[in-house]
Amino acid sequence: MKYIDEFRDPVKAQALLGEIRGLTATISRTRTQPLQIMEVCGGHTHSIFRYGIQQMLPDELEFVHGPGCPVCVLPMGRVDDCVALAERPDVIFSTFGDAMRVPGSRKSLLKAKADGADVRMVYSPLDALTIARKHPEREVIFFGLGFETTMPSTALTVIEARRQGIRNFSLFCNHITIVPTIKAILDSPDLRLDGFLGPGHVSMVIGTTIYEFVARHYHKPITIAGFEPLDVLHALWMVLKQIAEGRCEVENQYGRVVPAGGNPRALAAINEVYELREFFEWRGLGSIDHSGVRLRENYAEYDAERKFGVPNIRIADPKACQCGEVLKGVIKPRQCKVFGAACTPETPLGSLMVSSEGACAAYYNYGRINAAEPLADVDVDA
Amino acid sequence: MNVLAHAAPHWAGRLNDARINMSHGSGGRAMRALIEDVFVAAFDNPSLNALEDQAQISLADLARHGDRLAFTTDTFVVDPLFFPGGDIGTLAVAGTVNDLAMSGARPLFLSCSVVLEEGLDVDILRRVVASMKQVADQAGVAIVTGDTKVVERGAADKLFVNTAGIGVVPSGVTISASQARPGDVIIVNGVLGDHGTAILIARNQLALEADVASDCQPLDGLVAAMLAACPAIHCLRDATRGGVATVLNEFAQASNVGIRIRENALPLREEVKGACEILGLDPLYLANEGKLVAVVAAADADRVLTAMRAHPAGSGAVAIGEVTERPAGMVVLQTGFGGERIVDMLVGEQLPRIC
Repeated sequence: MKYIDEFRDPVKAQALLGEIRGLTATISRTRTQPLQIMEVCGGHTHSIFRYGIQQMLPDELEFVHGPGCPVCVLPMGRVDDCVALAERPDVIFSTFGDAMRVPGSRKSLLKAKADGADVRMVYSPLDALTIARKHPEREVIFFGLGFETTMPSTALTVIEARRQGIRNFSLFCNHITIVPTIKAILDSPDLRLDGFLGPGHVSMVIGTTIYEFVARHYHKPITIAGFEPLDVLHALWMVLKQIAEGRCEVENQYGRVVPAGGNPRALAAINEVYELREFFEWRGLGSIDHSGVRLRENYAEYDAERKFGVPNIRIADPKACQCGEVLKGVIKPRQCKVFGAACTPETPLGSLMVSSEGACAAYYNYGRINAAEPLADVDVDA
Repeated sequence: MNVLAHAAPHWAGRLNDARINMSHGSGGRAMRALIEDVFVAAFDNPSLNALEDQAQISLADLARHGDRLAFTTDTFVVDPLFFPGGDIGTLAVAGTVNDLAMSGARPLFLSCSVVLEEGLDVDILRRVVASMKQVADQAGVAIVTGDTKVVERGAADKLFVNTAGIGVVPSGVTISASQARPGDVIIVNGVLGDHGTAILIARNQLALEADVASDCQPLDGLVAAMLAACPAIHCLRDATRGGVATVLNEFAQASNVGIRIRENALPLREEVKGACEILGLDPLYLANEGKLVAVVAAADADRVLTAMRAHPAGSGAVAIGEVTERPAGMVVLQTGFGGERIVDMLVGEQLPRIC
């Protein structure tokens, strides 16, 4: 396929891998621990597993799968809120597909649908607006989630709803923002990361200069990366080169999509509709200051939280779950006590097992190549 | 002498209604008119034309084809009813014919039961029944018995079809998912994922446009050609719901072997690849309705491939991988990029990714 196959060329991959091996060997001479590079984005995690990139890398180089899967970091209480909204008889609750299976404390949206709630899977928030136009007698709620990648489209949908005078549409806003989250990870005391592959499509919206603090304040190199496998290897090579040369900079591998200043029109839409929340609860990471957004007062009539008095349920993460430690790179998915035993894609305990972009689901689905050994008893106490 | 052979079609009932109503399921004249004018008129064979409560099939005739009866049933509830490349009728006949054929059986007789929603256009039903007849003729099977039920509006979605089928397995042919052995070759008969993609596009929720038609087709002729070339086919299954990935996992688990496939060897249309890229779907899990996965000994592979390519339903046949000893019970994909990953059974429906 044109413009795709070029980014999946195995010959070019071998050339890059040769360079990566060389750089890793040079850097590792003065180290005892393996190099840890965090890919922030769930899309990167997906590519790494889908193309089998981890196994192509030297042992001294590890990916740490970051918090950039919006479905994975959604706390159980928010899913319960969704279910509560969806179960209102006057409501049509619309959502992206992969949010359907995320477990709440009582049930997932998929189960709520089976139990009679009118839950509809859409491919764009504008589809939800169309449903609202077709069903003026019902309240249509769109479950807005995701980072800055999906924020502009929900913001524009709200603006469009106002323009068309549609009053039975509202947004249950669970959008989160990436920068405070990277900061929280960098501030955690048990951090061992050596560098970052920066988010690709988030950066398409917010630009690259916003990450300067990572290099300047925390002295970690970061390279904004695309999602094709050669993008990932290329960006990895760029980060390693920074480490080898003792540099800490923000570099942009995904220049064909990401401009330094981001997308001003998308940012304007975000700014028009949303404001920062004081804090937002993350699955596995706890509460992070200024990490979520809500609708501004000016758009209150489109805010499902204000319109319906969302119960705002708070549920602690299951005790056995170690999603937080996995998200921070402290442990690998397989080292979690419940991985592959109590927590599987069929019955996910932690949300990292739910989405195909979640580190645990990716490990479970794609990562068991050498698993002649059964899953449950692999280094659980490491 | 077969009395039924002389029973000529008798068009006692003419169906004049444009839409199905509850009286078409009541057992009275309206139902009789529906059965005769829609089903008997189209399927037209002595057994059905006799309008008995059952079809009677000569055991001696069956025994001429082999030594075991193959028997299967499947229910079809597709939405939309019509899509590029087929409709619920083509699926209902091809699906059951293929389930029979995967044992090596020669499919012979089908039943056809329908559940009709009150208000259904009779013309829609006629179109579906005509499709069934066309595919039945193509596969050389007769639809010899059936049933109709009508339910109130909302109690069913337009039209559901169940077909059951019987066929006869030739003596000496034993095909089973548990017979894959290390060294065997994995073969498919052509491009994958067309049906799943055609349905996704036909549902029109994606605003995607692509020229992809369902691959729906009966595979009994192809299987007969394969068996003629190599009676000792180890495993055979049609890759419907869950796609090729699911069938391969079933083989790997039933035979307790590993299966390694090569991404670069998978036959995929550009349109299907494109739709999968956009939606974040994996074509290995997309449904097919005219594709089979065969496992044969390496020594037989070329012969089987040649025989397949000579048949219209197998012109795109290729080997996509091999059976290995390990990892037992698992399917591994060698990515075109040079890495490897596990191809597991799907947990639920494939859901499009958020971003």
